[in-house]
Amino acid sequence: MPNDVAIIGVGQSAFVRNYEGSIRELAFEAYSEAMKDAGITNNDVDASMICSAPEYDQQRSPSSLIAEYLGLNPQPTFAIETVCSSSTTGIRVAYSLIKSGLHDVVVVLGFQKMSEISSADSQERMGRGADIMWESPFGTMMPANYAMHARAHFARYGSTEKDLALIRLKAAKYGALNEKAVYRKGLDLDQCLNADVVASPLKRFDCCANADGSSCLILASADKAKEISKKPVWIRGLGSATASLTMSGRDALDGLNCARVAAKQAYDMAGLSPQDIDVAEVHDCFTIAELMAYENLGFAEPGKGVELIQNGETYIGGKIPVNVDGGLLSKGHPIGATGGSQTRTIVLQLRGEAGDIQVPGAEIGLVHNIGGVGVYGNVIILGR
Amino acid sequence: MSFDKFGQVSFTSQTKVGAFVEYLDKGELRATYCQECGRTFFPPRADCSWCLSSNMEWVKIEDGGKLVSFTKVNYGPTGFESDVPYVLALVDFNGVKVFGRINKEVPEEQITVGMTVKAETVTLANEQLSYIFNPA
Ligand SMILES: [Zn+2]
Repeated sequence: MPNDVAIIGVGQSAFVRNYEGSIRELAFEAYSEAMKDAGITNNDVDASMICSAPEYDQQRSPSSLIAEYLGLNPQPTFAIETVCSSSTTGIRVAYSLIKSGLHDVVVVLGFQKMSEISSADSQERMGRGADIMWESPFGTMMPANYAMHARAHFARYGSTEKDLALIRLKAAKYGALNEKAVYRKGLDLDQCLNADVVASPLKRFDCCANADGSSCLILASADKAKEISKKPVWIRGLGSATASLTMSGRDALDGLNCARVAAKQAYDMAGLSPQDIDVAEVHDCFTIAELMAYENLGFAEPGKGVELIQNGETYIGGKIPVNVDGGLLSKGHPIGATGGSQTRTIVLQLRGEAGDIQVPGAEIGLVHNIGGVGVYGNVIILGR
Repeated sequence: MSFDKFGQVSFTSQTKVGAFVEYLDKGELRATYCQECGRTFFPPRADCSWCLSSNMEWVKIEDGGKLVSFTKVNYGPTGFESDVPYVLALVDFNGVKVFGRINKEVPEEQITVGMTVKAETVTLANEQLSYIFNPA
């Protein structure tokens, strides 16, 4: 197992509906927490990766502004974007910068202030997230394209709207325990099943909550990590893959191939298999996305993912606890910050610092972070 | 005819496969076919990424598509507010997949994954050109 690059500091802002501050101040919240956690200051940092989906930012080229505010001049900085998986792509780039020997300490800062532009502007930009020549002209939306995956999964495997609701109930249970989550209210099965249909079969509570938020990770080389960190968490495996932007370019809609390919790379690099994972964070932007993740990551055979949720195996105490911080569904999904927040949760789990949501004795954790509707897939395996 | 004649809302006007809308205007839904390696492409493309040829011809998409999946959309993006609800669908025409909408007059309860559909060209209320799926 690789032992070259460690995460030595983690931080996250609260995820909220409307952050009452600027993006620089939002970024600072996660940054200051991560830097204090790592026990370092700005002079110790060699470079910063600033991860966000720029269509939501009023500021052009925000990496320049954020690096200045965080005191990270004259070190190099640049923007990294793969929509909702931007900050795990940031981890991948930071890993290679460190492994190459170019840098020793790299900051991966993810942020999004979804409320910075109006809801109408945001809808307009989201419509253009699909292929603008061939699919946007029909009125596509993220929920609609995930809904088509849900319908295809139902048709092939017999999964149901109730199975999806069970995933939402798990998110609600753990979201209530997470002080940094945007949605902390409880939910019951009837509320989920009777909610407004957004794009059939997905209903309101099958969709994650938009939020403003930031996340920050400090990555370091092995030598540096051993020198300054008492609790490094090591990057054991990294996988990254893509699939067509167009739905018409997909072989099937009952799973995400980018996740399957990325997972295989990460397991191979780590020399581990799905059975070795003690705790996982998966990209549940919609309930169906978590169900597909169970199968695409190998936690269940294709079509058997529903058994994991029906039998409570993805709760703490089950075979493979998943999204025990509330997931995107309850914690919220500030696009550029999401992958960093998922990674922070796993780092805290592996350090034994996860509090109420601690999975006892967790040694190996996995992060699954997806950009767009299965367009970009990153899988990261972490270990103590 | 400019490519921005295509679709309920258009976002771009210039492409080398602009002849697509001229075929729509004639009542035909067409894909492109690479004359070098024999692959058929939908969405139509001007260039083949497999053999790096740009030697394409237009071929008709025949009837007898199978519905891969669908969703009834109740909340549309900007520009589609007055259009909802509508049903988006992906149809497999013998290995060539086409994304579009199912005719509004077909009730959702009568739509099933795997059903046979055909594509028909349409002129929309705003005079734009498009195609639509109907049960075969
Ligand atoms: Zn060719």
